[in-house]
Amino acid sequence: MITKRIIPCLDVRDGRVVKGVNFEGLRDVSSPVELADYYSRCGADELVFYDITASAEGRGLFTDILKKTAERVFIPLTVGGGINTLDDFDRVLKCGADKVSVNSGAIRDPALIGAAAKRYGDQCVVLSVDVKRVGGRFCVFAKGGRENTGLDAIEWIKKGVADGAGELVVNSMDTDGVKGGFDLPLLSAVCDAVDVPVIASGGAGKIEDFITLFDTLPRVDAGLAASIFHFGEVDIKTLKQQMARHGIPARL
Amino acid sequence: MIALVDYGVGNLFSLRSSFAALGVETVVTADPAVIRGAERVVLPGVGAFGDAARKLSAAGLDRAVVGAAKAGKPLLGICLGMQLLFDVSYEYGTFGGLSLIRGAVRPIREKIPAALKIPHIGWNALRFTKPSPLFRYIKEGDHVYFVHSYAADLTEATVATAEYGAPLVAAVQQDNVFGCQFHPEKSGPVGLSILRAFCEVSV
Repeated sequence: MITKRIIPCLDVRDGRVVKGVNFEGLRDVSSPVELADYYSRCGADELVFYDITASAEGRGLFTDILKKTAERVFIPLTVGGGINTLDDFDRVLKCGADKVSVNSGAIRDPALIGAAAKRYGDQCVVLSVDVKRVGGRFCVFAKGGRENTGLDAIEWIKKGVADGAGELVVNSMDTDGVKGGFDLPLLSAVCDAVDVPVIASGGAGKIEDFITLFDTLPRVDAGLAASIFHFGEVDIKTLKQQMARHGIPARL
Repeated sequence: MIALVDYGVGNLFSLRSSFAALGVETVVTADPAVIRGAERVVLPGVGAFGDAARKLSAAGLDRAVVGAAKAGKPLLGICLGMQLLFDVSYEYGTFGGLSLIRGAVRPIREKIPAALKIPHIGWNALRFTKPSPLFRYIKEGDHVYFVHSYAADLTEATVATAEYGAPLVAAVQQDNVFGCQFHPEKSGPVGLSILRAFCEVSV
């Protein structure tokens, strides 16, 4: 049986992890290489690097650090942020990324997912969607959640999967940062609409939130979070042991 | 020295890094002569079977790989590289493989209940069906990372399976020819242990 995946997400700018992290025993808490190594050793099933670099020069630093990380971390690595063209796919895949996550880039260029899936395979293309309720509808937001595209989230996700996205990261802006649990109604609607793996994001505050997620929605494949892992509020090893104790398949 | 066969399908970065982490020297090559001269050969691969088989033979690498295997050199096929060891695949048509291992590769869809998602992606536990030197440093139940939509038939050569609605072939061995459907280079310490065991298979 496939285990449920636990995925820490690292925001990286100009080759450094932003948003502080708080771990004892790390020499350099803003080094993506050290953090990735730490997470892979404590049982993370996968890592997401999110590149929030603005300049081309900074992107160079990012790819450099990505390479260094991929040389040392032998679990799947997904890279997102600033992916707008096939060249962007190429750039990060050559540095050791296994999957590439697209968000605003797919909105700007509706042909991007199809072209990338054709060249690199569906399994390589992850569609990441920022969703917020507006007037009772699930709407897709772009540009890091700043702009309402007016697109219906479920329709957008269906189209992305039909075009070749092999996996989805569904980030609820309504639950993100609140630490009150994942957005179960949204995730349920997504699971009903598509049959590719779904990664839940936004809202996890404690171990029980992950247990509730996988208990309530067994079709969700993975839980993604950032700060609760970085600040040690949720320890990945403990989380996975608790999942196993609740009968949720976990890689221990 | 281990030859990593480079025939333009898939990314050899992680595989090269994995062997480097084990302190094993590799050469990424598309040269049949280098493959013939190597001590061991690794055949990686992602993508579609037909395309990969065509690229492999266009470069004359199919004969080099088969030659190395027939000469008794340890050969390890990974993911699509494992599937290429078989006789035939029915991925988007009918395509011949290297026929180093008897059997066929078919859509997972034909093998598992309809409710399960395709591809079979994520970490799954290994169940050993036969002993193999590949498992020297790991134990049954250890998890490895899979990404595939097609799977080989269960045959005499199957040495490990993974349960996904049905037992799917996870690893194969026929004498000196080995194959992993999963990605050892993405399977953490367990995966590295499998690669290390492959490096130690006696020639």
